[in-house]
Amino acid sequence: MATIYIENVPYEVKDGQNLLTACLSLGFNIPYFCWHPALHSVGSCRLCAVKVFRDAKDTRGHIMMSCMTPASDGTRLSVDDPEVKEFRAAVLEWLMINHPHDCPVCDEGGECHLQDMTVMTGHNYRRTRSRKRTFRNQNLGPFINHEMNRCIQCYRCVRFYRDHAGGRDLNVFGIHDRLYFGRFDDGALESPFSGNLVEVCPTGVFTDKTLRRHYTRKWDLQTAPSVCVHCGLGCNTIPGERYGMLRRILNRYHEDVNGYFICDRGRFGYEFVNADKRVKSPLIRREEGQGIASFDAITAEDALDRLQVVLNGASGIIGIGSPRASLESNFALARLVGPERFSSGIAAKEHDLVATILSILRNGPARSASLHDVERSDAVLVLGEDVSNTAPRMALSLRGSVLVQPMKAAAERLKIPLWSAGSVKQACQDDKGPLFVATPGATGIDDVAAVTLRLSPDDITRLGFAVAAALDPSAAPAVGDLSEDLKAAAAGIAEALQSADRPLVVSGTGCGSKKVIEAAGNVAWALCRRKKDAAISLVVPECNSLGVALMGGASLEEAFKQVQSGKADTVVIMENDLYRRAASSTVTELLEKARTVVVLDHLANRCTEKADLVLPVGTFAETDGTLVNAEGRAQRFYRVFVGTGDMRAGWQWLDSSAGREKAWETLDEVDAALASAIPIFEPILHIAPPAGFRVQGLKIPREAHRYSGRTAMKANINVHEQAPPVDQDSALAFSMEGYQGQPPSALVPRYWAPGWNSVQSLNKFQGEVGGSLRGGNPGRRLIEPSGNSDIELLREAPEAVERPKGRWQIVPLHHVFGSEELSVLSPGVNELAPTPYLGVAEETAISLGIGEGDSVTLTVGGVVYSLKAKIVEGLAPGILGLPVGLPGTEKCDLPAWGEVTKAKGTGKVSIDG
Amino acid sequence: MERPLTRNFRPGQEPLDLEEYEKVGGYEAVRKALKGMSPAELIELVKESCLRGRGGAGFPTGRKWESVPAGQEAPRPKYFIVDADEMEPGTFKDRFLMEGDPNQLVEGIILGAYAVQADIAFIFLRREYTLVAKRLRKAIAQAYEHRYLGKNVAGSDFSLELHLHVSAGRYICGEGSALVRALQGQRAIPGTRPPQQTESGLWGKPTVINNAETLCNIPHIVNHGAEWYRGLSVGEDGGTKIYGVSGKVKKPGAWELPMGTTLRELLEEHAGGMRDGLRFKGALPGGASTDFLVEEHLDTAMDFDSVQKAGSRLGTGTAIVLDDRTCPVGLVHNLERFFARESCGWCTPCREGLPWIAEILGDIEEGKGSPEDLEILESHTSLLWFGRTFCALAPGAMEPLKSALKFFRDDFEAHLREKRCPWR
Repeated sequence: MATIYIENVPYEVKDGQNLLTACLSLGFNIPYFCWHPALHSVGSCRLCAVKVFRDAKDTRGHIMMSCMTPASDGTRLSVDDPEVKEFRAAVLEWLMINHPHDCPVCDEGGECHLQDMTVMTGHNYRRTRSRKRTFRNQNLGPFINHEMNRCIQCYRCVRFYRDHAGGRDLNVFGIHDRLYFGRFDDGALESPFSGNLVEVCPTGVFTDKTLRRHYTRKWDLQTAPSVCVHCGLGCNTIPGERYGMLRRILNRYHEDVNGYFICDRGRFGYEFVNADKRVKSPLIRREEGQGIASFDAITAEDALDRLQVVLNGASGIIGIGSPRASLESNFALARLVGPERFSSGIAAKEHDLVATILSILRNGPARSASLHDVERSDAVLVLGEDVSNTAPRMALSLRGSVLVQPMKAAAERLKIPLWSAGSVKQACQDDKGPLFVATPGATGIDDVAAVTLRLSPDDITRLGFAVAAALDPSAAPAVGDLSEDLKAAAAGIAEALQSADRPLVVSGTGCGSKKVIEAAGNVAWALCRRKKDAAISLVVPECNSLGVALMGGASLEEAFKQVQSGKADTVVIMENDLYRRAASSTVTELLEKARTVVVLDHLANRCTEKADLVLPVGTFAETDGTLVNAEGRAQRFYRVFVGTGDMRAGWQWLDSSAGREKAWETLDEVDAALASAIPIFEPILHIAPPAGFRVQGLKIPREAHRYSGRTAMKANINVHEQAPPVDQDSALAFSMEGYQGQPPSALVPRYWAPGWNSVQSLNKFQGEVGGSLRGGNPGRRLIEPSGNSDIELLREAPEAVERPKGRWQIVPLHHVFGSEELSVLSPGVNELAPTPYLGVAEETAISLGIGEGDSVTLTVGGVVYSLKAKIVEGLAPGILGLPVGLPGTEKCDLPAWGEVTKAKGTGKVSIDG
Repeated sequence: MERPLTRNFRPGQEPLDLEEYEKVGGYEAVRKALKGMSPAELIELVKESCLRGRGGAGFPTGRKWESVPAGQEAPRPKYFIVDADEMEPGTFKDRFLMEGDPNQLVEGIILGAYAVQADIAFIFLRREYTLVAKRLRKAIAQAYEHRYLGKNVAGSDFSLELHLHVSAGRYICGEGSALVRALQGQRAIPGTRPPQQTESGLWGKPTVINNAETLCNIPHIVNHGAEWYRGLSVGEDGGTKIYGVSGKVKKPGAWELPMGTTLRELLEEHAGGMRDGLRFKGALPGGASTDFLVEEHLDTAMDFDSVQKAGSRLGTGTAIVLDDRTCPVGLVHNLERFFARESCGWCTPCREGLPWIAEILGDIEEGKGSPEDLEILESHTSLLWFGRTFCALAPGAMEPLKSALKFFRDDFEAHLREKRCPWR
């Protein structure tokens, strides 16, 4: 700790920070632009000036930039010195020389850091006579709007985009007072983290283009704390709604999870909530003969009656849950049908992969890493997982991890403070810590990897086992017939992991191989046996994959069997499009064999088409629930708004229909039942305040105190103001009335503080800048490692596999935009999603005699695909890649051996004329 | 009077080539130092000589070299950079030296690099200096041929590669860290200290940046010793200095004179005094980024400390003279336009403040100024001062403005009063 004196009053502050973070953490208001808590200090904007005094006798002092000055013991400073205030006002005056006064029509207005800082510094009147400079704006693609005239040249955008997120297509051009922040040319921004520019930019240069199409001011949005549903990482978000339409997603800070940033799939994938395909009322099937059916909308009461009839008349009910539904909804279904007839809704192969992950996390000594842990790791081995496409936010954390070792070395050698981003960049240059990426194809983090290995899943497994053997030859089996190159690579990886302070192994379900996951477990466990503080991060595909796996339940195929064998004739499907999980023929057969099919979902899909009864459930934005992310952290998401029609949460439908007294009235009661039925879920009782929680007797309002139009917005329906909906499931209210101060961290619906209207007000919600939220980080970890580091390692090292003649190994290729079910329904994400193709490395294409764009037929796992060939750089030899999860593509278990033939006639058609 | 730096000059002819240079004692110093002196001894000698950097800041050269990590543990490679991106308005001393005796600079580089045990050296040369580039290329090629560069310089264990980099440089490259970034192919923006360049400069390795004139002194110090060198000067700092004068004097030019020669001697004896009919009004003693000196300062010795005491800076030692028939507002406007254009765009005060100042000065010159403009100008001379800006560019730009407002305030007011430029 250090003692600093602000206006001669002593304060204890943490060592090693700068004066700006120290003062902000103490609650002082110092204006700033170029400093960002995750991007740190560069000293370019000169706004955060303070006056620093040599000692108690010094009355003149020196103006210094607080972001660039260490808060060392005995520092004396003034935040309010008149000369300092005059200088800060001058900085604003300079920036305002060219800033357009277009706040009323600017999308940033009302949540603009530049507005806040202008007011804070007190600059008012224009003294310049010159005309303002203007620029041409660029089309940056479907996500980001560009308005360069508003730029105040804080350099945050390029520092985030290039230095932090590794993007290459945004830069600063020009010199002196004519700087241009943009791309070389118009075009969609390439980085999957471009959306963070919206929050990083202190004014309206980069704004949310999806919000622009249905624009609402920040103060008019109804918001609630939420959790992203588009991958297994569980990033915290703040969705905003008005007029029953979801308008946008902002990052919600969580120290251990997403920090300050989320990916574009999470930010811009929300528009499925507003899709035309939403199921808005219960639907009942009417047969019209010859296999044609139509659906009639019915009331909720009729639907419940109908459901009652179906359930009572069933000779056996199978419940198919879902890894994209909440714990509560899955639990309600399991309770309805009984645990032995509950299926997780995950197909056998993936079911097995997730079970393997769960077993490694629960039984082993290696701790599951949070994203924050990933970012602090100092040596990382990635086995098989293309995290940049399956768990994008983790790619950002891994980019951070490669800086850990160089920064430590630079700090020791040159005595530079690590918050000085310019010093760190100068000292570290392009140095990177050890990151090893062994995958079948190229990944988005290859550019920062020390070594990239392009291998088949089998060889990735063998590499992993070899690393474990190099770490602990007594406990891990030797791997036979390993090539010299792989032997050397394994030795190098083992050495780097062994000499690191916080080694990490990353793997997951992405390449579809259980053995790869086991190999990752073996490496992490071997490190633990060597007494290393090793962590493991295993990526799961969906937002509640781990939660539903923890709940138990059979695989999808087991459920199918029960119907086929006649043990059950009724199927209840909860938020699950089975056509994405199994072969169409199998699913159709199941749905046709079952006497009655009940589907609860929020979007019409191929499953709802086959249903006898469809019950509309709310999306994440219209329901409450709990999700468990890949780390094993249970997190609560809250309703942002009340869905239209008879939309309810899955658990609400099923409890109402249980054919007996309602078991629970509120979410808290479901959770209590869940915790007592399955004790591992006990911590979810503590992840958020109960529904009865009040501050000063008040609920926490989802609407800001400046929310406008409350009495007018529904006047077209009824001129009498309607009572706001009641929320009995949480301490949040659908209202602007309530406690407007800071609620407990799990309930923070938006960031705002007096004088701080932008997202920068987040500083006021943290105990210290960049640290945990006041009141602690929300969510609880459900899984902790076993204390026993003498764990038995897997003893069977896999043998080398020869490629069968004429066959190729087909591996899954994931796409950040396209592979995920819900986000791809958002127009912007859809625009960036690829059309199905067969990925072929250039050498493979030559030996197959095919070229870019040729039509090919791929036969794999009993499925025949007609695809266009696409040359994909970086695929391992003998490997072909098939994009997975794209809308309308047939499901097939990968990796698997497949055959490829060039479609007849292609390349030979000649066109006359 | 001894004039070691310019002793080989042959005005109107090609400079000495390497063989000719050797015949007049060239490369003696390299042989002497590399055979008979340790790097530490060479640094000690340069410290004793009281040589101060000629780029403008006047940092003692020996002390700069001393701060480079030495010994086996030191990071490698170490770099040695010659700043020959001479862009200070009114300054042409490095060009003068490099055109006149390019071998002398190459010899100085070898000695400097030896002192800090650098492995690779760069000359960062201003793009417009095409004649210098041609002559340096020849000198470097000949030095490689004669084994003064490359492996085992002059038969010693010391090896050095020297590259000529013709820069797309800008004024900001006078800031060492911006120069280093430009050399790395990045935007020329000043960097944050710490780390110091000498510890982490080019590509993160220990780096020395010396001005071209500074290095030309080294061979002579090695050949004749520190005491001799100090004796060349008439002031505290050692050696001779290339002084220059531009403006409406009879004989503008550059001359090698003892360090500490007075401004009066410079103007009256060497530059031949003002042109007929003109009176001396003031001078920027060391280039555009120094404060005006006026009549009362003419007897100031032109060394680092004396000029500082007089309220300005020696800078590059090349004075720009203002006469009574030239409008000081117009002169300062011209300079501020230059500084605004050369701002790198990194920090707000410089990027936005300088164009505003230039605009106001333009308005005053055009007769469109208002009394409030003087207040704005006045306030900017402190708002753009050290500590408020990121680097020294904007404070340097404020020096001529601040001193002009002090010494020539009447002239500014006359513009406002008459709503025109009285000189036009």
